[in-house]
Parts: sequence; structure tokens; C-alpha cells
Amino acid sequence: MTTRTDDESTAVRLRWAVTDAWTVAGRDVAHWRRQPAAVLVGALFPVLLLLMFVYLLGGGMVVPGGGDYRDFLVPGMLALAMVFGVEATMTAVVTDTARGITDRFRSLPMAPSAVVAGRCLADMAASVVGLVVLVGAALAIGWRPAGVGRALVAVGLLLLLRLAFLWIGIYLGLLTRDPATVTAVQILVWPFAFLSNAFVAASSMPGWLATVAEWNPVAGTVTAVRELLGAPVGTGGGWATEHALLLSVAWPVVLTVVFAVLGVRRFQGLSR
Amino acid sequence: MESAISVTGLIKRYGGKAVLDGVDLQVARGSVCALLGPNGAAKTTAVRILTTLTRPDGGRVEVAGIDVVRRPREVRRRIGLIGQQPAVDDVLGARQNLVLFARLHHLGRRAAGIRADDLLEQVGLADTGTTPVRQFSGGMRRRLDIAAGLVLAPEVLFLDEPTIGLDPAGRRDVWEAIRALVASGTTVLLTTQYLEEAEQLADDVCVLDGGRVVARGTPRELTAAIGGDRLELVVTDPARAREAALLAEQVAAPGPVADAVGSGERVVVPLARRRGVVGDVVRALDEAGIAVDDVVLRPTTLDEAYLKITGADDARTEVPA
Repeated sequence: MTTRTDDESTAVRLRWAVTDAWTVAGRDVAHWRRQPAAVLVGALFPVLLLLMFVYLLGGGMVVPGGGDYRDFLVPGMLALAMVFGVEATMTAVVTDTARGITDRFRSLPMAPSAVVAGRCLADMAASVVGLVVLVGAALAIGWRPAGVGRALVAVGLLLLLRLAFLWIGIYLGLLTRDPATVTAVQILVWPFAFLSNAFVAASSMPGWLATVAEWNPVAGTVTAVRELLGAPVGTGGGWATEHALLLSVAWPVVLTVVFAVLGVRRFQGLSR
Repeated sequence: MESAISVTGLIKRYGGKAVLDGVDLQVARGSVCALLGPNGAAKTTAVRILTTLTRPDGGRVEVAGIDVVRRPREVRRRIGLIGQQPAVDDVLGARQNLVLFARLHHLGRRAAGIRADDLLEQVGLADTGTTPVRQFSGGMRRRLDIAAGLVLAPEVLFLDEPTIGLDPAGRRDVWEAIRALVASGTTVLLTTQYLEEAEQLADDVCVLDGGRVVARGTPRELTAAIGGDRLELVVTDPARAREAALLAEQVAAPGPVADAVGSGERVVVPLARRRGVVGDVVRALDEAGIAVDDVVLRPTTLDEAYLKITGADDARTEVPA
């Protein structure tokens, strides 16, 4: 019944780190099974936004340089869906810390890294599901990507962006024990989303706002995904728009590294 | 006897202030130690350090003979922690929770299932099926939490205010569970604010105040050291309670005692038990024309001992172990 072993070798530790992360992620999967409605609402929210912007506001939208607004918007929504994931991650982290689950995990002889790694696995899986649902909705309203190979690269870029916002969510979640803080982030995510090229081309904004929108960490991914999927990109961008592919990798990588370091430090700081 | 918990010179500082300032504590294997102390006495901090959740700033801490700073994972294999609030997953069912924690204790899939069923049986939650924990009562949740702390049959179990917020029935349930564990040889360290709980469960009581251990001993030793017995009087006329208290004190304990309390019609006087003392007091009151409705001579309660130990900063009573 009880397994008692002496201090383990690095190889054994590594194996347990992977197994434990898998087990922790499995807990989220069990949550989804028990609360499918919560998952569905999370996945359908970007779909709702997509439909609202295409059918309610889309009539008044003009893409600079020409092109269909629906085709322009779909890559933007895909990227924003990744950004919105920050709320789910943060909520999960804050809830677990506030309810003592995180401390429970930390008092077990499991790999400490698995607490965070399991969160990453589960949230990435949820985002894949979210992407599938959103792409399905986009296909249903007549959007078509340019080619499967390029579309897969686009999916890779999107998930890279999600990874960055996942770590931002973990870090923010560990900063606070107050679930009310999540609400603040949920509100702030909107100006962040609108101050980008996701809904309209940055070039349509006045002067300095256009520059900010262009350099928004999401913007590179949005433009790169547009190019990969053969969607209208909108004309009149500056350096950041011309080097979108570079930024679509650089931004998420930098954010991931910075917030992973901060997040891991914060996690270790729980023992202060 | 070998100690299950051995703490020497434990120091923990927050913002330059030492919340634990040289704490020493030994808990014998198979015994129950209750850590008492007022709010903010860093009882929880002490438990968090003992369970590897928080790092100490100084001193030496060993649990089950293992250093908590140097080999935290080995300590984690041998302990169970039941924190102030039930740390269980609300969405999952009781069995799912226990299987999850058993898997994270590195039990195999089958072994985890078997262990989960054993534990559910043990804490009386076997019939909860797939009901989410969210729908459990406070007592049920607490029992599940305790089960979660027992997955590997720990050598040392830590309970941080295990019955806080429970109704009397829930409290009794938890006490029963703890007694059963102790009977099977587990060492238990519990923090509590309920003196009754310490009296019911603990072999030893350790009072933490101002970052230090200010008293320790068996509940009996603590109460005895604080000063023997109490004489409780109920006077007919509440207006004369204060007068009665002073008079009774003079008669009962010649010498400087400053603890007599008179409020309402009830008067409590500390005294040293000796022949005829009750009669002396009643006679003296009678002569002064103070009518007495009821007289009880009783031992000092742990509550009174505790208040005395933690209450007066200038006259802190040191109780030898």
C-alpha cells in the first residue's frame, strides 16, 4: 500500500515530474467532464464575438487596401482567443491557491514543478479545443484558409502566443489570493485587445495609437496569421507590420521567458 | 524516547519582525501535542515550517528524524497535513479527490483506487458516490480533508485548527477520527483555539506567545502550575459581588492574590485547597451579611490557565516541562 523509497536519481525524478504533471492536468480534464457547460461557454465566447463583429459591426468596416472584413477578422479573433485564455489560467491559479489546493500539492511528495506544468498542459489542451471550435464557426460562416500546411504554421504561432499568455496568467494568479483581482484583469484585457490590429487595421488609427497598436504583442501574430491564411492584411503598416512574422515569434518567446522566470520565482516564493 | 518532531531554536522573520523567536519543541512518537496560542501567535507558521511549506530563517527542524530544509521530499513522504480550511477539489467527488492525491503520492492506478476506497470507508464517506464535494456539509468536507491527509498512513500528522467552524457533531466526528489515528500509532501535532479540544485529545500542551513557547506540559500540569483550585460563589445581591470577592479572597488565600473576579452575581476566587476553607469563606460572608445561593469548589480549568499564561504580559508564568 505504501511506497517508501530513498532519495531518487535524476532520471527517476524527471519521469515523476512528467507523470505528476500529467496527473495534475488530468484533474482539469475531470473538471471539464463534470462541467462541460463551463468549457463550452469559454469556447463559444470568441465565436459570439466573431459573429457580432462580422454581422453587426462588419457592415461598417472597411479594410484598408481592400478585402473582405470577415476574412480580415478571423485571424484577429483566433489570436484574441489565445489572449483571453489568460483569464482562465489566472482564475484557475488563484482559485487553487485561495482554496489551499496549491499548498496541498506542495505538501505532497510529488514533483513541485508538476503543479505549474500540469496547469500548462491542461490550459494548452483547452486552447486547442477552443481553436477547433472557433475555426469550425469561421468555416461555417464561409471563411476559407489558403492552404493546410500554412494553416498549421498559423496554429503553431497561435499556440505560441497562448503559451506566453499562459505564463502571464500563472504569474498574475500567483501575485494575488483575491479572486476579485481576476475581474480587474478581465476588464483590462479589453482595451488591450482593442488597442491592436485584431478588429481594425492599425493604420486606421490616429498617429501614436497606430504605433502602439502595431507594437501590441498580439499584433505580430495577427498579421502573420493573416498572411499565412491568405487573408487581407490592411495596408499602411510600419516596420512592425512589415516584420510581423519575426515579431509573432519574438514577442511570445520573450514574454514566455520573462513571465516563466517571474512565475517560477513567485511559486518558489510561496515558501517564504 | 525518540522524538517524532524535534525543533530547536526555530526562528522565522517577516519584515524584520521575528514571529517565531527561538522555539523549542519535542513531540514523542505516538503522542498528541496541542499547540495553543492567541491569534497571531504564529501557530500556523510553525505548522507550515514543520510541513515544508515555509522555510525557516534559523534553527533546526526535524520531522520523523529528517531535516525539513535539507530533505523536504523525504519529509513529505512521511507526513500528512490537514490545514485550516479543507483543501480538497470542490468540483470532483470524494473518491476522485482521494485517487488524485494517492496518484500524486505515486501509488499506481489500482493501488490508488484501493487506498481511496479504504480511506472513504474509514472516514464514513463511502456512500457519497460521485457527488461533487461542493455539495458536502462542513463536517463531511473536513472528513474528506482528513482522509486526504492520510493517504500514505503518515508517521506524523499535522492538523491546523481541525474543528474550526464545525458544529458540535462535526467536531465530535473529527475528534473520533483523530483518536482512532493515535490508537494506530500516528504522532499528531494539532493547533487549536479550543481549550476543550486540547484537553480531550492532547497528551501535551504547548503554549506559543510572542514567538516563544511560554508554557508546556500535560493539561493537568499546566492547570496545577497556574494555581490549584477555584471557588465559585453565587451571591444573592449582585451589587455586593465585588465586596464578596475581596472578602472571600482574604479568607481563602492569605497573601497577595489579585485574581478574584466578581461580575453579575457570580464570584470566582482562586484558592489553595485546605481543610475547612469553604466553610471559612461562607462563614465570613455570612458575618458580613452577604447572602450566598451557591458554592462550588472546582479545579482550575485549562481555559483559566491559558488566559493567565497568555494574558498578563508582565506576570507571565513559566511552567517547567
